[in-house]
Amino acid sequence: MAVSPVKSTDNALPPAIRCIGVSKTFGSTRANEDVSFTVERGSIHGLVGENGAGKSTCVKMLYGLYRPDVGNIEINGRKAIFSSSTDAIAAGVGMVHQHFMLSPTHSVLDNIVLGAEPLSGWSRFLPAAFRTIDRVGARHAITAAGKAYGLEVPLDAKVETLAVGVQQRIEILKLLYRKAQILILDEPTAVLTPAETAVLFGNLRRLKAEGHTIVIITHKLDEVLALTDQVTVFRGGRVVGHVATRETSAEELAGMMVGRSVKLSLEVVSGRLAQDSSPILSVEHLTVVPRKVSTGDNTTAKPVLRDVSLAVRGGEIVGVAGVEGNGQRDLFDSILQVDRHLWQTTGDIQISGEDGTSGGRGRMTTARLRQTSLGVIPFDRHREGLLLEASARENVILGYQALRDNHSKVSVGWFPVLGSRVTRERAAKVVQEFDVRPGDPELRSGALSGGNQQKLIFGRELVRDPRLILAANPIRGVDVGAIEFIHSRLVAARDRGAAILLFSSDLDEILTLSDRVLVMYDGAVVGEFTRKTADRARIGLLMGGGVVARSGGQ
Amino acid sequence: MISGAASNSGGILRQTLLELLRALVAVAAGLLLGASLTAIAGENPLNILAILFRSAFGTPWDFGMSLFYATPLIFTGLSVAIAFRAGLFNIGAEGQLTLGALAAAVVGVTATGVAAPWSLFLAVLAAMSAGFLWGGIAGVLKATRGSHEVITTIMLNFVAAGIASFVTLEMFRNTETQNPETLPVAASFALKPLTMFEGAPTTVAFFWGIAAAGVVAFLLFKSVWGFGVRAVGQSEPAALVAGINVRRVQITAMAVAGAVAGLAGLGEVLGSAGRFRLGFSADYGFMGIAVALLARGRPFAVILAAILFGALHKGAADLDFETENVTRDLAVVLQASVIIMVCADGVWDAIRDGLRRRRSTAIRAESAG
Repeated sequence: MAVSPVKSTDNALPPAIRCIGVSKTFGSTRANEDVSFTVERGSIHGLVGENGAGKSTCVKMLYGLYRPDVGNIEINGRKAIFSSSTDAIAAGVGMVHQHFMLSPTHSVLDNIVLGAEPLSGWSRFLPAAFRTIDRVGARHAITAAGKAYGLEVPLDAKVETLAVGVQQRIEILKLLYRKAQILILDEPTAVLTPAETAVLFGNLRRLKAEGHTIVIITHKLDEVLALTDQVTVFRGGRVVGHVATRETSAEELAGMMVGRSVKLSLEVVSGRLAQDSSPILSVEHLTVVPRKVSTGDNTTAKPVLRDVSLAVRGGEIVGVAGVEGNGQRDLFDSILQVDRHLWQTTGDIQISGEDGTSGGRGRMTTARLRQTSLGVIPFDRHREGLLLEASARENVILGYQALRDNHSKVSVGWFPVLGSRVTRERAAKVVQEFDVRPGDPELRSGALSGGNQQKLIFGRELVRDPRLILAANPIRGVDVGAIEFIHSRLVAARDRGAAILLFSSDLDEILTLSDRVLVMYDGAVVGEFTRKTADRARIGLLMGGGVVARSGGQ
Repeated sequence: MISGAASNSGGILRQTLLELLRALVAVAAGLLLGASLTAIAGENPLNILAILFRSAFGTPWDFGMSLFYATPLIFTGLSVAIAFRAGLFNIGAEGQLTLGALAAAVVGVTATGVAAPWSLFLAVLAAMSAGFLWGGIAGVLKATRGSHEVITTIMLNFVAAGIASFVTLEMFRNTETQNPETLPVAASFALKPLTMFEGAPTTVAFFWGIAAAGVVAFLLFKSVWGFGVRAVGQSEPAALVAGINVRRVQITAMAVAGAVAGLAGLGEVLGSAGRFRLGFSADYGFMGIAVALLARGRPFAVILAAILFGALHKGAADLDFETENVTRDLAVVLQASVIIMVCADGVWDAIRDGLRRRRSTAIRAESAG
């Protein structure tokens, strides 16, 4: 059963969304418990909270993906019992997911009408296979909606050719085309450049002015403060606070999210370069082109890295800023020599002071690199950082399985056996020193929260005091409470003389931690700043492909 | 399910018990489903189940026969389980066991001079090498050319059958019989039936199976090789970042899986038959997939699952004699329904979710009322 939007001339309009005592349990976890809050019509409402605090579960109930066990949800004053997202859309509730639900090979127009195709003329009376889409009518409707809300998109372009910000605009337009009055956005700025974020916020404000209601889920407190009217804070599946944005501050919100006062921005003083200031990692003129293994044909492939040079010395953090997908990952993989046979590389990567380099880059493999003094925090914690089905005890040796100190005495040279006592002790040490909770080394790692999974990875990599650390998105999806911990560990490693190459799509994180900042765009390093010269506006411009004069650029 | 909601973190023991319970429920459901089908044929399903049980475990001889049928399934189940752990699907256990058995027979026919303990050692080595090679081919194709192992192992099954025919009929044919079989193996290679099973052809090969499970468990869970295998099986990207050579793992896992499958035919080639007979395998390789699934890739659970399927095989044989309407075909239906229930993981989850929903609806009704 679905509700239709109420047309009322009454001044006291019912609120757009009202949750009353909603609870939802999965197995033994209480994802939502007695959640109540109200979203006023025509407002922008922020939902904040740590990972696993229950925001997503709550929103999924609003959107019809889950049903509440207990409690009621009212949309525009009517009780809403959605059994699918179709019901939610029919009631005027639409959602923009964090990962866009678009078909990359179809045109923008087709993507917008997909699932709600207007049928042309008499074809609607025919069997499904013979029906045709009324593209002309759809074009008019979409253009009109786009004009009305300032959301203009190229209707005939293929989605895969468009920038992420434009794709997001398509998602919003898709909902407006379906007459959604209430828009829910899940972490909408995670993939945007600062400039794109500004455009998005402008669009959202305009939608609000037109009478739409917007619910935005986010981690970034400065965005909450800049955009929203009201904020609801989740913690541990419950609503712990409901405040007007005007009357709150980032510190207060963070405190509510964590349940204790939190220091939001770590004061990081510049690192002191190691005595011997020759670089620990140096990359020179690295160009990487994907190689098609099966055909050996690489004439048409576009390079993913173009003439990249950089150096990281002991005692400094070098941050690589950039919108996702501009070569950061490829640089990371190249340094680690992952999937080397899939790439054709020219240029040079040197890691000094390690016998690993003695054989030259040609003979360097990931396996040999991992036996040197190198710490790796990969981009994707779930897929690359941990074995989710395995325990902490096994995960603390992932990457170090070839090191002899993890092996039992019964090992034969070519056939090593894991030492169960050594690994158990190491797991206990990591879990304790890096405050992984719950502290049971036998627990399945997939059962840990995002922050604790990341602490486990940090523990595994830092407990050996590596000389070089590659760290990618260290705080993505990590609870506010763990951010400070993770950052201070990274800075401590730097102060002990480690060279750190930091990749992050979060510009604030880069600016806070880095002694030097490199900006990547389209596979090339397009800008370099020191802590003193780093300028948010200029970096933002470079991240979006803007041209800023740089000596010797391109 | 209800107790599962009460406490949130379970120990390893509790986890294991839960999985065991889950397997038992699946088996029981499959037996019930299969048996109730016999009601259509006009039989009393309870009577059918009783005959099944009696025929599989009634006497030492019956039990011995069940173990005899279980023996090859232990090896093929372990073989499929090893590949599973590496994220690979070994459909080729059938071909690997055929060539393993053939190699053991060839050694048994030709190396007549080798004395007792060494002869068996030699036969085992030959069987493992043949299986290792055959599994390894699929592994190499997967790792270097990206050929899907399901396709290649199915194809290699046919090739193995062809090779077996050629070697049996053209090189070592037993001309004294009309059967397509090799010459008998030398006396020093023969395995004697164990006396405790009162005439059943069960040999020491069954205990080799148990030992193999122990070795496989050690390889998978204690060795660095096994760590790599499991890492690749769980997440290839994680394995790559961890410096594990994914391609080497794929090749070696398939080869080791093949080596274990190669041992499956020994009980018959060196035991009851004393020679290699074409088509001696009653689809042991494919049954191994069901065994590994039921055991969820756990080496010691493979032993139990194999005994279950062995017992079903033995029990089904007697249904034909003891009832009027049930034929051997229906026994196959019975086995199939157990397999379907075992594989129907989602069904179990759906039932659990259904119960939970009913409970929460009840709570809602209560709080509303």
